[in-house]
Amino acid sequence: MSEEKKKIMFTVRKPPHGTIYVYEGLEVKLIMAAYDADISVVFMDDGVYALKAGQDTKALGIKGFEATYGVLVDYEIQNVYVDRTSMEERGLTEEDLLVIGEDEDTEEPVRPKMVESSEIAAMMAEQHNILSF
Amino acid sequence: MLHTVNKSPFQNSALDSCLRFCQPGDVLLLLEDGVYGAAPGTAKSSLVEGALTKKIKVYALGADLNARALKETIKGVEITDYAGFVDLVEANKIHSWL
Repeated sequence: MSEEKKKIMFTVRKPPHGTIYVYEGLEVKLIMAAYDADISVVFMDDGVYALKAGQDTKALGIKGFEATYGVLVDYEIQNVYVDRTSMEERGLTEEDLLVIGEDEDTEEPVRPKMVESSEIAAMMAEQHNILSF
Repeated sequence: MLHTVNKSPFQNSALDSCLRFCQPGDVLLLLEDGVYGAAPGTAKSSLVEGALTKKIKVYALGADLNARALKETIKGVEITDYAGFVDLVEANKIHSWL
């Protein structure tokens, strides 16, 4: 009996270090990556700040997660999106974003894809489950 | 698609953002402090009014309205109870705009 691959989306709307949401969300993504599911991650609102490259959390006494985000592709989480409106509101461009891995074939760095709100809405409608962080 | 909002629109942008990602035919449920978004004649009423115009079905949880003495809601907002909440969750995929 073949079962349809589950489509699971994670949404991240909180800024990175003020609460534990982004950290916990990342943990769950890595756990879910172990299952045979079709995973996507969408960063919107203040969540886009979680992807800003160059975060130095040493003085906060916390590990930070830039290194972990840097290997998402190795966990087969390639479908990482950012909401264009949220980026523009915050004066961010694609070049500000951290790298989530490298392309298997070209070895080029992979960055999250910037998409329109309407595209995200359409993707949301296709999911089996959406987990918000 | 069911969207739930549990924060006051005066507190943060959850309702505003939610509506940016809502499509016609989607359902919005306001609960907890989210029900302040259903109050008429406020500086934020236009959010829910706009949603209704966009053919988004809007519900507010009666228990939360009553607890906050919100006796009136924007015309077109439907009031539901916990059983109705369960029905909505059963019938839709859900995203919580925490």
